Amino acid sequence: MTGRGGRTIKVDTLARVEGEGALYIKMAGNHVADVKLRIYEPPRLFEAFLRGRHFSEAPDITARICGICPIAYQMSAIHAIERALGIQIAPEVRLLRRLFYCGEWIESHALHIYMLHAPDFLGYQDVIEMAKDHRPVVEKALRLKKIGNRLVQLLGGREIHPISAAVGGFHKTPAKSQLRELVSDLEWALEASLETVRWTSTLEFPDFEQDYEFVALRHPQEYPFNEGRLVSNRGLDIDAAEYEDRFAEFHVKHSNALQSVVRGRGSYLVGPLARFNLNFDKLPEVAQKAALEVGLKPPVKNLFRSIVVRAVELVFACAEALRVIAEYEPPAVARVAAPNRRGVGQAITEAPRGILYHRYAIDENGLIVTAKIVPPTSQNQKRIEDDLREYAAQLAAWSLEEATWKCEQAVRCYDPCISCATHFLKVVIERD
Amino acid sequence: MSSDSKRKAPKTQSKPKIGVFKFASCDGCQLSLLDAEDELLGVVGAVEIAYFPEATRTMLKGPYDIGLVEGSVTTHHDAERIQEIRRKCKTLITIGACATAGGIQALRNWKDVDEFVRAVYASPQFISTLKLSTPIAEHVPVDFELRGCPINKYQLIELLTATLVGRKPNIPTYSVCMECKRKAAVCIAVARGVPCLGPVTHAGCGALCPSYDRGCYGCYGPMETPNTASLTSQFRILGQSGDQISRAFRSFNAWAWQFRKASEECERA
Repeated sequence: MTGRGGRTIKVDTLARVEGEGALYIKMAGNHVADVKLRIYEPPRLFEAFLRGRHFSEAPDITARICGICPIAYQMSAIHAIERALGIQIAPEVRLLRRLFYCGEWIESHALHIYMLHAPDFLGYQDVIEMAKDHRPVVEKALRLKKIGNRLVQLLGGREIHPISAAVGGFHKTPAKSQLRELVSDLEWALEASLETVRWTSTLEFPDFEQDYEFVALRHPQEYPFNEGRLVSNRGLDIDAAEYEDRFAEFHVKHSNALQSVVRGRGSYLVGPLARFNLNFDKLPEVAQKAALEVGLKPPVKNLFRSIVVRAVELVFACAEALRVIAEYEPPAVARVAAPNRRGVGQAITEAPRGILYHRYAIDENGLIVTAKIVPPTSQNQKRIEDDLREYAAQLAAWSLEEATWKCEQAVRCYDPCISCATHFLKVVIERD
Repeated sequence: MSSDSKRKAPKTQSKPKIGVFKFASCDGCQLSLLDAEDELLGVVGAVEIAYFPEATRTMLKGPYDIGLVEGSVTTHHDAERIQEIRRKCKTLITIGACATAGGIQALRNWKDVDEFVRAVYASPQFISTLKLSTPIAEHVPVDFELRGCPINKYQLIELLTATLVGRKPNIPTYSVCMECKRKAAVCIAVARGVPCLGPVTHAGCGALCPSYDRGCYGCYGPMETPNTASLTSQFRILGQSGDQISRAFRSFNAWAWQFRKASEECERA
């Protein structure tokens, strides 16, 4: 791919990401001439076919945008619709939804840290190759992931596209004794997560710090899942209803996913790094201590340390699950009635990869008139391109093959979920 | 594939090669393989994962012994790609509702797809998509269709095992009702009048929704011989409108012909 002394970094199918995308970087000497993150995953047009469906169907339909984080879709849809309908949920249901989200974070973070991202740091093509030299590590990862999945399964019936979450609550809520059965596994998972923080902190991190605008939810008492104001390190502090006034989506030719910017400012970063930097004080002591012990304190500006931050969030999710289980009392009714009513509602929740925005307008028969969904990966898309513009320039001394792998690794720091973003990865580096 | 040059020499030629291919989908069905935490290391020990971009950078050229295809065909490029994949795979297995029935994205099949694209994208001219979302079997011969949205991971392991040893897979084609009976669950449709697609829906989920106090919503698609007309009348008795019944058939397996026919009859009625 080298022509006239320059080069192109080109990855036609970006591996170990969820969905299909490609990366194209054109270099002119040490200067990056062009970066394109091409999302060629075919469009599935969810926002169009949600029109005319009943609001009660939206959680099950939108779950199908992503098999990796269906709970995030269900939660954002449900909260937005409850807001449109003016529904108040029971405090016990609110707590159960936090527990449900803990399960998805544990399952998704364990998958990404060990199975999708760690092989980059250790120089393996995949976790299968890694398992040959690091079998106990991979076995631990699988057990951690399984515990997250068990939690989701108990609350939602199955790991992928769970069936129990509903507008107003859950179709069925678990008995106290059923949740108690998970305690010993979660206690093991908490210890394994603490080991994961220590283990990931020993990996080698490229020296790459950027001046990011971090965007995440912030809640007065809690590390965020379902509620809070949307804040940033540059003074943003808004309600979900103001999201579309402050953020813009635009459509670039090379991508089937829309790119997002903060109006008047540009790209921003959502996900573990943003949440950690903006909400460190809300992490439980065990997670704060684990982070500080490995020298991780906010603001973390090195993208590659996302893997350690993700491990800190694993500690949080396990500790939070244990807290919820200890406090849990089944709600008097599993779900409150949700009568048809005209209205508009917006909600933002924290998917494992970052904030997920939903808006629905509903008519008097309960049918959806318009729907808008902004997934985390489309929000990070522009930031990924901005990062690669800087990072690829640092890689001029590396061979094309090594530079390509390093760029792939950088993209994977975002844990991009391309299936979501198109409702995205191949890497191409071109050098002159 | 450009990454071929990066691969190491295969350590053994004797293990069957498996390829996992994605079309329009949510990635959930292929994730089922990674979600089989207890079986994963055993499975990858018995086969060679030759192509599975969600899990590995190694991308080996075919031919493959088994091809697992997830997702539906929605672009010209994908319509061509499936032909090439079929030529490279000795056994081709489609996994999940998108690959076996067109998926939820087949809801476009009753609408104007250009209007759909305009509704979602600011620059519709950048988007290339077909008018229909179609299952893989409408394009190439398929050796086995594994149902579900998502598939059941234990059924996937059973299907892979059976295919590798050359026996018939033990995957029942009866309805969700049978699964309810086997669990000795009280019928929510009969006892409580909850509209439930269980009688016409392919088994495989383990009667999940009825066990969670809600009616089956048909995510495994039509069973072998579904009596949709009878179920439609029952839904009407329970007070469901034509629109409601049509929507019930028109979800993740909307383009499966039995559900398609039933939904269109409700629209006309």
